[in-house]
Amino acid sequence: MGSQIAPERVKELRSLSLRLRRLVVESVYHAGAGHLGGPLSAAEMLTCLYFEVMNIDPDKPRDPDRDRFILSKGHCSIGLYSAMALRRYFPVEELKTFDAIDSRLQGHPDMSLLPGLDMSTGSLGQGLSPGIGMALAARLQSRDYHTWVMVGDGDSQEGQIWEAAFVAQRYGLDNLTVILDWNQLQQYGWSTEAGYSDLARKPPQDNPEERWRAFGWNTVAVDGHNVEAFIDACERAKAHQGEPSIIIARTLKGKGVSYMENDFNWHSKPLTEEDVQMAQRELEEQEAAL
Amino acid sequence: MTLAARITNNLVAQRDVFGDTLLELIDEDPRVYVLDGDLANSTKADKISRERPEHFLEMGIAEQNMMGVAAGLASCGLIPWLSSFACFLVNRDLDQLRVVVAQPNLSVKIAGAYSGLLTGKTGKTHQEVSDIAVMRAMPNLTVLAPADGVETRLAMRAANSWEGPVYIRLTRDPHPTIFPNDYDFSIGSVVPIRDGSDVTIFATGVQTVRALEAAQQLEGEGISSHVVHVPTLKPLDEAGVIAAAERTGKVITAEDHTVIGGLGGAVAEVLGEQRPTPMKRLGIDDTFGESAANNDLLSKYGLTPEHVAATAQDLVKG
Repeated sequence: MGSQIAPERVKELRSLSLRLRRLVVESVYHAGAGHLGGPLSAAEMLTCLYFEVMNIDPDKPRDPDRDRFILSKGHCSIGLYSAMALRRYFPVEELKTFDAIDSRLQGHPDMSLLPGLDMSTGSLGQGLSPGIGMALAARLQSRDYHTWVMVGDGDSQEGQIWEAAFVAQRYGLDNLTVILDWNQLQQYGWSTEAGYSDLARKPPQDNPEERWRAFGWNTVAVDGHNVEAFIDACERAKAHQGEPSIIIARTLKGKGVSYMENDFNWHSKPLTEEDVQMAQRELEEQEAAL
Repeated sequence: MTLAARITNNLVAQRDVFGDTLLELIDEDPRVYVLDGDLANSTKADKISRERPEHFLEMGIAEQNMMGVAAGLASCGLIPWLSSFACFLVNRDLDQLRVVVAQPNLSVKIAGAYSGLLTGKTGKTHQEVSDIAVMRAMPNLTVLAPADGVETRLAMRAANSWEGPVYIRLTRDPHPTIFPNDYDFSIGSVVPIRDGSDVTIFATGVQTVRALEAAQQLEGEGISSHVVHVPTLKPLDEAGVIAAAERTGKVITAEDHTVIGGLGGAVAEVLGEQRPTPMKRLGIDDTFGESAANNDLLSKYGLTPEHVAATAQDLVKG
């Protein structure tokens, strides 16, 4: 097991995760559009990556030795922007420009606009391949940064992820870690609800651990909402040698806002003032209970 | 200035020049890497796998991933060159090109081998005759189509030092060299290669060689043609196109590509808006190809010098 994290630091990270969730809700409300379920499921992981795991300096967003991060599930951009704002890549105030004309905070991430954003994404399944390129570049240029790529389970339905998984193993890229935000919901997708025929919406078997292992990856399973466990998983993934790693993180879509949790309808949806007030109250209560 | 291009007996395949020039680039610029989609022994990038293996990355038959890996490498300051057939590089990874290469304007160099109809009897799936149209419509992308071996080398060198993504249209089979070795190539300029007064023939890629041959035939018929090679489809030299059209007042475009959206489309867009001129677009007439011998394909699909010459005669004589 990795190094112990001080209880105070764990509390701080949990508090930051809740603050990130509040920023996500506020920003989507302000923009009148945006994704909610996915950023909320990734909140602890994004917080841990930006505040604890990655070797980054917000004052040097172009440092060639910085760790790289790619959000393959690019529609969850507001989660990433909130983490970056909290880490002071740019003022938290700027989140109010999310999705607005001329903003650096585009609906889907645009690396050409925002320093510190390492890759443009938004069309699903595309994040892992550039991650392989970055990990290969580290080796070719003798740099020891680590590349982190967050994929979604819906994102991983695209074939390109598996083209990439196949090739990454061949290069033995142990400087590359994928994080699967396994929230098991997508925009519409499959459903076990009654009323649908098997042909209509029955989900296919999903066994990411077996699949990634079969592709030659080191797998680490974890609860994606448990800050200590996730940081430990990242340390174990980074320490693993000779193979790329994937952290398979069980998460709950919409986590932290009761009426959004595990409901695919909150993948992306404008919020009413009442929705926001309820969400913020719940998140504040959780913070008070820490 | 008109460049004295002439058809020589020096037959060179652009793909051979591709392999040789990659080697040259790697030796001059250590940032250059070749990514191959399992076709290096066709595209001739295999030269790098043998002679500079540390600069060769075999990506297997997975073009979407290859394009994405290239984006990652480019984002870290390297210059990846992709080796595959034009038909796959244009179509199979088009969304990857759009999202992770063209939108962030990363310096990925895409060499589309075996473009056009002449692909070695492989037929419809392997003939790429709409790449200029597709690539030209992609913001941030520079699109080149060299005419011979000399220009292929120069275009690759220019592409390597160009900031941003470049698509280069290359062909398979040996073809006459038309340019002198000291040719001064620059991205974004049309290249007048023969002066004339009756009709202007714009051509691109290896079709320029056939256009030059057509001009020789027309001379025998008493028709003076002004031949302009267009190696850069984007950014298009609009002033050069207008000036060349004004010289004769009649325009033909010739390309081993569909008549929709390629050179003919690009020239028509410029002239239609800025200098309406009677014109005729020659190329593949909105259809797919087939597998056959080169000469049979050129004849059936209207790409021979004779076809270009006959069309010019019709246009001139009205």
